[in-house]
Amino acid sequence: MNFTPAGYSLLPVLPEIVLAVGAMALLMVGAFRGERSTFLVMTLAIALLIVTGVVQCWLPAGKLTTFGGSFIVDGYARFLKIVVLVGSAATLLISYGVMSERPRRIFEYAILILVSTVGMMLLVSAGDLIMLYLGLELMSLSLYVMAASHRDEVKSTEAGLKYFVLGALASGMMLYGMSLIYGFTGTVSFEGIAAAAKSGGTGLMFGIVFLLVGLCFKVSAVPFHMWTPDVYEGAPTPITAFFSSSPKVAAFAVFVRVLLTAFPNLVPEWQQIVVFVAIASMAVGSFGAIGQRNIKRMMAYSSIGHMGFALVGLAPGTPEGVQGVVLYLVIYTVMTFGVFTLILAMQRDGRAMEQISDFAGLSRSHPVLAFLTAMLLFSLAGIPPLAGFFAKFYVFMAAIKAGMFALAVIGVLLSVVGAFYYLNVIKVMYVDEEAGATDAVRVELGTVVVVSALFNMLFFVYPGPLVGAATAAAKSLF
Amino acid sequence: MTIGLGHYLAVGAILFTLGILGIFLNRKNIIVILMSVELILLAVNINLVSFSAFLNDIVGQVFALLVLTVAAAEAAIGLAILVVYFRNRGSIAVQDINMMKG
Repeated sequence: MNFTPAGYSLLPVLPEIVLAVGAMALLMVGAFRGERSTFLVMTLAIALLIVTGVVQCWLPAGKLTTFGGSFIVDGYARFLKIVVLVGSAATLLISYGVMSERPRRIFEYAILILVSTVGMMLLVSAGDLIMLYLGLELMSLSLYVMAASHRDEVKSTEAGLKYFVLGALASGMMLYGMSLIYGFTGTVSFEGIAAAAKSGGTGLMFGIVFLLVGLCFKVSAVPFHMWTPDVYEGAPTPITAFFSSSPKVAAFAVFVRVLLTAFPNLVPEWQQIVVFVAIASMAVGSFGAIGQRNIKRMMAYSSIGHMGFALVGLAPGTPEGVQGVVLYLVIYTVMTFGVFTLILAMQRDGRAMEQISDFAGLSRSHPVLAFLTAMLLFSLAGIPPLAGFFAKFYVFMAAIKAGMFALAVIGVLLSVVGAFYYLNVIKVMYVDEEAGATDAVRVELGTVVVVSALFNMLFFVYPGPLVGAATAAAKSLF
Repeated sequence: MTIGLGHYLAVGAILFTLGILGIFLNRKNIIVILMSVELILLAVNINLVSFSAFLNDIVGQVFALLVLTVAAAEAAIGLAILVVYFRNRGSIAVQDINMMKG
């Protein structure tokens, strides 16, 4: 089977086409049947994501490109697309509880998740600057609306507004960088840029810096992290879980791809920027989280810090480094998703528990859940033998192999500082006086927490498949 | 004096700087921020179109058209979020966006 209606093979984009057409069909279902179809649309959306994943796996092996090289399906894209699809499906799964509250029941919620997933898949496969920009905007525009989706709440709408203003500024700066890169290399395709950019001229360097500004904003790396705590705190909790999973993976994927395939000859030039951003993110993430009382805000700083650790893997620009980054993204996504699901699951008298002090004495009312949470937090802190340790291990090993000892040492020291605030939450759960009874935990939320905690605890038993897949994904970029 | 690529780029750079300054120096109204964002995107379009003309390459103009389309979508979404925010807060002054801090 090979469709070529416009002279281009559409086979490589088949998963995206299935997802986009399916999202529009579900939009029609919702538009005609109104809000009572919300749960139907959500269930069908999860099914659609699974079908898209199956189509993605069914694509012929090897590197496929289409649209004149602007869309690339290689091992790297295949692997990260599956991660993105799983993250989106899990977000829909944990949103059933929020959707059962009457004024929150909107079917557009599921459609927005699907559309932003299309954007992420395009982003992961981007082979030129135009596809990068369009994928990023399709993803971000849906995310702005999702942050403001509790439209009767000041906090949620304020989060949406802040995210929109800063996001629009960042994409404007990134676009300016792209225009300079296009002007000084004469092409928008990553391969063409790599061939033209043998040495960095002033104009090209300006372009790269502006491009990095936009990408750093999307992965919430310092100094463009200001939006993260506010948006994470204000947005509805399932959406916050989503923000810290799939969009981060997709944005980071394109960050790596653009630096390694478009500027492989300018490694020393962008390396110093990446090293600075990595150290600054790790520092701000570790120290900023210490004083936080709101657990979603604390997790926002944790996400800034973790992006810094992932950038440590990108800094050497080697296959080992990229393997570390890919592995880090997968493990981080699972860990953070588990923690946010727990925050969502814990309610007291129908109200969300968002202060760290609300979790006091959780080990006595919910011993199993408290234990699983403690494991997730230990994993985020990077304590062996949990998965979070291996994630950090691979990126630091890549940095050491490339001779970047200072970076690795600073990273390890800052991860010790970062461990403090995770341990503080565990201390509150296990030592402090009980703060009161909590409501029953919804089954699907409990399941997600259990699955993510088990993944973290048992990763070291059989790491082979995931590490192997990450290695294969990283190799396909070089 | 002939008008070369440098002049077009200078216009683009000036518009871009005005847009950035408009976002950071503005202490009053969010609508001004939305206008500044449009200004940034137009600066980019001037850059793209002038590079496209001087490189004799059509891709820059295609890119500019796509940027225009996305800019329209972005403005629509920005205004929609602004309206929802105004209904809750009763104000769109920049100094009133302060529910969350730290």
